[in-house]
Amino acid sequence: MDTNIANSNLKSEDYFINMGPQHPATHGVLRLLLTIDGEIIKKVEPDLGYIHRSIEKMSERDSYQQIVHLTDRMDYLSSHINNEAVCLTVENALEIEVPERVKVIRTIIGELTRIASHCLWWGVMGMDVGALTTYFYGFRDREMINDIFEETCGARLTMNYNIPGGLMFDIHPNFVKRTKEFVAHFKTKIPEYDKLLTGNVIFQKRMKGVGILSKEDAISFGASGPVARGSGYSCDVRKYYPYSALDKVTFNEALKTDGDSLARYEVRIQEMWESLSIIEQLIDNIPEGDYKVATKAVIKLPKGEFYQKVETARGELGVFINSTGTKNPYRLKFRSPGFSNLSLLNHIAVGGKIGDLVASMATLDLVIPDIDR
Amino acid sequence: MILSINIVENDIFNMLLIAAIYLGIFSVAGLFLVLLERKVAAWFQLRLGPNRVGPWGLLQTMADALKLVSKELTGTIKADKFLYNLAPYFVIISSLMALAVFPFTQEFQAFDINIGIFFLIAISSIGVIGILLGGWASNNKFALIGAMRSGVQTISYELSVGLSLVTMVLLTGTLQLSEIIEVQKSGWLIVQGHIPAIIAFMIYMIAGTAETNRAPFDMVEAESELGAGFHTEYSGMKFAYFFLAEFINMFIIAAIGTTVFFGGWLSPFGITESIPWLGIFWFLGKTFALVFLMMWFRWTFPRLRVDQLLTLEWKYLLPLNLLNIVLMALIVWLGLTIQI
Repeated sequence: MDTNIANSNLKSEDYFINMGPQHPATHGVLRLLLTIDGEIIKKVEPDLGYIHRSIEKMSERDSYQQIVHLTDRMDYLSSHINNEAVCLTVENALEIEVPERVKVIRTIIGELTRIASHCLWWGVMGMDVGALTTYFYGFRDREMINDIFEETCGARLTMNYNIPGGLMFDIHPNFVKRTKEFVAHFKTKIPEYDKLLTGNVIFQKRMKGVGILSKEDAISFGASGPVARGSGYSCDVRKYYPYSALDKVTFNEALKTDGDSLARYEVRIQEMWESLSIIEQLIDNIPEGDYKVATKAVIKLPKGEFYQKVETARGELGVFINSTGTKNPYRLKFRSPGFSNLSLLNHIAVGGKIGDLVASMATLDLVIPDIDR
Repeated sequence: MILSINIVENDIFNMLLIAAIYLGIFSVAGLFLVLLERKVAAWFQLRLGPNRVGPWGLLQTMADALKLVSKELTGTIKADKFLYNLAPYFVIISSLMALAVFPFTQEFQAFDINIGIFFLIAISSIGVIGILLGGWASNNKFALIGAMRSGVQTISYELSVGLSLVTMVLLTGTLQLSEIIEVQKSGWLIVQGHIPAIIAFMIYMIAGTAETNRAPFDMVEAESELGAGFHTEYSGMKFAYFFLAEFINMFIIAAIGTTVFFGGWLSPFGITESIPWLGIFWFLGKTFALVFLMMWFRWTFPRLRVDQLLTLEWKYLLPLNLLNIVLMALIVWLGLTIQI
């Protein structure tokens, strides 16, 4: 009797499942078309467009002040840094030198935003690997940052604090005190994060050697931010192309060479420490001065092409403006970090289990509105 | 309050009365455990938990249960109707039947059979049929993956649950639960059997947690991977059956642990032997301590991956368990047990 299944008439088919657009692990409206063989992933195809709002096209209609507001809705966890990117591009094009005070405040709030974003990522990361408690710990600390933001600019998430030429208003009198309180508080909390999740043996088993991305692949996929730095690709925009007050501070670029999920995880934890150190260096010496320089009510950029990149919590955000000298950009393009980072998901997930896919995806820290725009 | 009866000799009225009492215990315990889980989760997670319905939120699960009962039952058109509707009953009945053999006090035991431990293991295995049926009959891909995982997991970990209990049976020399407690009047079995008993207890708790499909072994309904796993397509009361059964199973695992390792209703200084009704507090106290331990696991640990789950069972727990049985046999043979 022929017992060889390959030679028999039995046919085996690939099992195809739709993960998303409504799925707890995709954190938004990302749809993954999975081809699986039992538990093993054979192919991952991301399907985008569920939250596409034509932000780039809308920008062509809007004035430069208005474009800043749209960028809040891209990567909503780094809204301040997105605003900053557009403002820096416009300021560079107009050759405006903003006051030192503005630069320092922008940097401090930018780093607070990064910590808040990483807090949320850490909570959700734990939840994706099944430890539900991390979510609440992460949100507890993020809440303090949101309160600081709320006091200063009236908004917690979509901040709109930057305008071309400076800031919308001056910082709240409590800002310095509360930021210092937060830094002192958070220094005791990161070790708590490590105790709860990082050192856990199950967590280590789930993350170590899973979703490996080599340095070459990271570069060729255009990865940036903690994803690329987890693979040993040193690419911190803050380090190589410092903007605002980042040239005045010293910090280490978090870098790991393993390229697995654990490396990406550790890079982000390390980044939280570095951000705290940046805030500490700046918070005591916020220079006195104006919080903005006067710009014309209608900003017209000179004819030409302008590009500025910044480091958001997820990686390199580039803003490209092609201006014809009118009050609207002729073309505005965002180079979002999430899009490139998502493109390597198939590469790192194939061959792993469904659980690995979820864990690897969590370490990419995807924000879907940033990918779709 | 004499409920330890011989079923054959008693009339149908008594049987119905006992059944009603046990159904009452079942639903109250289920609702209370759900509330406890939510409160414990809240304590671990810097939250308050339910605190609006009734004092300290005590009636919250009642309200939830009422909502589930009054909900319309929806299902998929292409589901296998008969199996789809049958599955929740398998799960719930297996949990309910297991409750019958527990000695809650010296006198409060519905069904004292001489193969008690064997009966418990056998009955709790029926539940997995319900899960497999539910996942298969729902005609949903996520539910099917959940059900497949469940089959793999439960069948593997039943070995460890069974063998760790067999280790203790070597010590007691009987499978009858009332006699197992009788043996423990000279010290709880975890003390009597010292090292192998402690190892058996640890294996039992790990395997028991896996057997009830709870985190860190909640592969079956891994939320971030499979949505809701095998009960994705169930709604209303049918979902509630699965949900309640999970909590009752947790109670059963803890209750077996209490009976076999921690002396059941026995208290220090023989209090519960002179005043038997106090035994229920000792029994429930010990059981809830173990339930709390399982909740502690759930709200602290991340989830294992499915292949790691099987590695843990087949490569570590099972060989350790077999060695442990040999160790226990040696200790019993050489008379090295600790008698208080």
